[in-house]
Amino acid sequence: MTYESFEYDVLVIGAGGAGLRASIEASSAGVSVGLVCKSLLGKAHTVMAEGGMAAALGNVDDRDSWKVHFADTMRGGQYLNNWRMAELHAQEAPARARELESWGAVFDRTKEGKILQRNFGGHKYPRLAHVGDRTGLEMIRTLQDHGIHQGIDVHMECTVIELLKDGDRVVGAVGYDREKGRFRVYSARAVVLASGGIGRAFKVTSNSWEYTGDGHALAYRAGADLMDMEFVQFHPTGMVWPPSVRGILVTEGVRGEGGVLRNSEGKRFMFEDIPELYKSSTADDEEEGWKYTQGDKEARRPPELLTRDHVARCIVRELREGRGSPHGGVFLDIAWIKERLPNGAEHIKKKLPSMYHQFKQLAGIDITQEPMEVGPTTHYVMGGIRVEADSQMSTVPGLFAAGECAAGLHGANRLGGNSLSDLLVFGQRAGQHAAAYAKEQTGAPINPDQVDAAARLALEPFERGGDDAEGPYQVQFDLQDMMQAQVGIVRSQAEIQKALDAFGQLYERAGRVGVQGNREYNAGWHTALDLRNLLMVAEAVAKSAILRKESRGAHFREDFLEKDSEQAKLNTMTRLGAGGEMEVVQEPLAPIRDDLAQIIDDNK
Amino acid sequence: MSSATFRIWRGNAEGGAFEDYTTEVSEGMVVLDAVHQIQAEKANDLAVRWNCKAGKCGSCSAEVNGNPKLMCMTRLNSLPLDQPVTIEPMQTFPLIRDLVTDVSWNYEVKKRIKQFAPREPDAPDGSWRVDQYDVERVQEFRKCIECFLCQDVCHVLRDHQLHDKFIGPRYLVYTAALEMQPLDTEDRIADLANDHGVGYCNITKCCTTVCPEEIAITDNAIIPLKERVVDQMYDPLTQMLRMFKG
Repeated sequence: MTYESFEYDVLVIGAGGAGLRASIEASSAGVSVGLVCKSLLGKAHTVMAEGGMAAALGNVDDRDSWKVHFADTMRGGQYLNNWRMAELHAQEAPARARELESWGAVFDRTKEGKILQRNFGGHKYPRLAHVGDRTGLEMIRTLQDHGIHQGIDVHMECTVIELLKDGDRVVGAVGYDREKGRFRVYSARAVVLASGGIGRAFKVTSNSWEYTGDGHALAYRAGADLMDMEFVQFHPTGMVWPPSVRGILVTEGVRGEGGVLRNSEGKRFMFEDIPELYKSSTADDEEEGWKYTQGDKEARRPPELLTRDHVARCIVRELREGRGSPHGGVFLDIAWIKERLPNGAEHIKKKLPSMYHQFKQLAGIDITQEPMEVGPTTHYVMGGIRVEADSQMSTVPGLFAAGECAAGLHGANRLGGNSLSDLLVFGQRAGQHAAAYAKEQTGAPINPDQVDAAARLALEPFERGGDDAEGPYQVQFDLQDMMQAQVGIVRSQAEIQKALDAFGQLYERAGRVGVQGNREYNAGWHTALDLRNLLMVAEAVAKSAILRKESRGAHFREDFLEKDSEQAKLNTMTRLGAGGEMEVVQEPLAPIRDDLAQIIDDNK
Repeated sequence: MSSATFRIWRGNAEGGAFEDYTTEVSEGMVVLDAVHQIQAEKANDLAVRWNCKAGKCGSCSAEVNGNPKLMCMTRLNSLPLDQPVTIEPMQTFPLIRDLVTDVSWNYEVKKRIKQFAPREPDAPDGSWRVDQYDVERVQEFRKCIECFLCQDVCHVLRDHQLHDKFIGPRYLVYTAALEMQPLDTEDRIADLANDHGVGYCNITKCCTTVCPEEIAITDNAIIPLKERVVDQMYDPLTQMLRMFKG
């Protein structure tokens, strides 16, 4: 077969915040850069981020510093984090935020004219630089508008299906363009994966069709280690009604601005269960919580702003015990602040414009007048490609990863706001180190047999049009139902095992998927190709989840309710075994540096 | 559960036709839900572009019963379901397939607009001091999700096909966001008047009407830009001063 071919020093796969930032950095280091994205430029999931970007600028509370941010991130991640990544992230996020401003981002301002920062779950001080509740749009647009002038070659609507190797080293990738379904071969001296998450493995999710774990699966098949795949974040507040919008995100910013959670009895149930790690930093009563949201430095945070894993579990408890709202959620009320603020309704519209818009248009609800109904939604995966902290290189030479598809920074649970800063800090590092690596290489020899094999495999669904062929959508739906029910927010040995037993059949059905039509912009074909990745990452989540016999962060086992001090010292690794089987093992964490341990102690 | 019929354009650049699909509709559904349901059940290869399904990414633009809309934000209960709902691709851009059009022209236009160039930072840490009041005007423009519905409906582009002479409302909003950015030092006025064709806009406000982000495109972006062009390029006093300066 013949293919359209491209040659770059650095190939970046994914054009959300991390991929764009990596491309800009690599390009400024003087190497040629190709940027491949599954959708149009500027549409990646970063655009959905609402609340803000965490950076210890200290603009609103000057007691903040990188050390406090570091300690908050580690506590939020229940100390499974890669501490070096948490350190770099906290130290470099402020510079990355300011840099964004120098590229044209227009953040909300403090009275002194500095970048305004807001409160968020698990952050001790107001730390999130933001633009209303559309910070992700501001970030991706700023990077996009800066990036298009940097000489980066952008390949829109192109999906990568396989990485290419020369010996141990990654030397490129094969993909297809959506428009015509033609294969493309990219030769590259270094490859950066910035492909985002795996949300489509679950039924209720805030993620778009793109989030099928492509980067995770590409890296896995290329021999890279994945780490901590059991940790999937269920955001506590997704829309629950109407059914067609179930899962769409409701920003944590609603709670940051004073929104409260109530059950069907009208009770603020979050006060009932406050974890030990957070007892000393949580408000005693509703009054203190309100004061905190209004910037009173003496007040402690309301329990609605505890970490996402905890809030999500409390909501599930209310639902299970029969205190849910009419459509199977709980109530999130921001309208109540009108009792406290003279221009309450206007204030809500100004601070949370897209939430106002979203509920008004999709649910017919005016959030300045009545409470929202919300429930947990699959939002983010903490697990991902194992990387070296400083360079973001994976365990495979020449292959780098940044952003959601990389693991380490967030440990067992990510704090809200730490994702946008993650994208910039580690996107920049991945771009820098990939460029440096590329400069050391003399070439990137492509093996045509690998390309042919990938193309042949991708075309197989067209040959299976017969009566026994499966439709691609039904297999995907069944996988999503299974993951939601058995490897979701509350897990147990028996349930996970049921899921694991079902994978054989799902793989078999995926192998029989046939598609209609031709290769032009064929959604059925794309869904069939994505299935392979989705099944792989779902299996990694289930296998990692059954291995971790404790409850920690986002991983909650009803058969092991407590944290376990031995498991606290272990990360979970997923890798391709010698015989093609999936190997999942636990390996010890690197011992933390003394000075960093001291910072954690000082901030307890 | 009731059902409704959707008359969807199927075809590519070489030709095509509307096809009717009947599917079940339930409470709260939006047009994009119906399209997805049809895609999963009846037409696996139906081409449709979408991402966030929450009105934030601007991918699923189409013409629903002749009106330019985001399919993800158009609820079925806002449409008469006793007759077929017509869904067709945006007409201003070349068709790729079914509901998907080639919007790459927009990306090319953006590259031609001079990028942001900030003044020197106000503080040693590289940051600036700007009043909230001064950023709000620009923030309105920066809400744009690049759905290109304004480009689709603009008759300079849609009917007269002046894609090579006029950048369209989206990029006038983009230019306004740069021109009114408090930190920006670049001058884009001559480009606006010449290569970017701001004069072609005759303020019919069709763009403003269809904007899902409710940006006052004409009043807040285009008219002020036209005024700046007049002030800078055609004001007799300015022209005289320019003559003296050489």
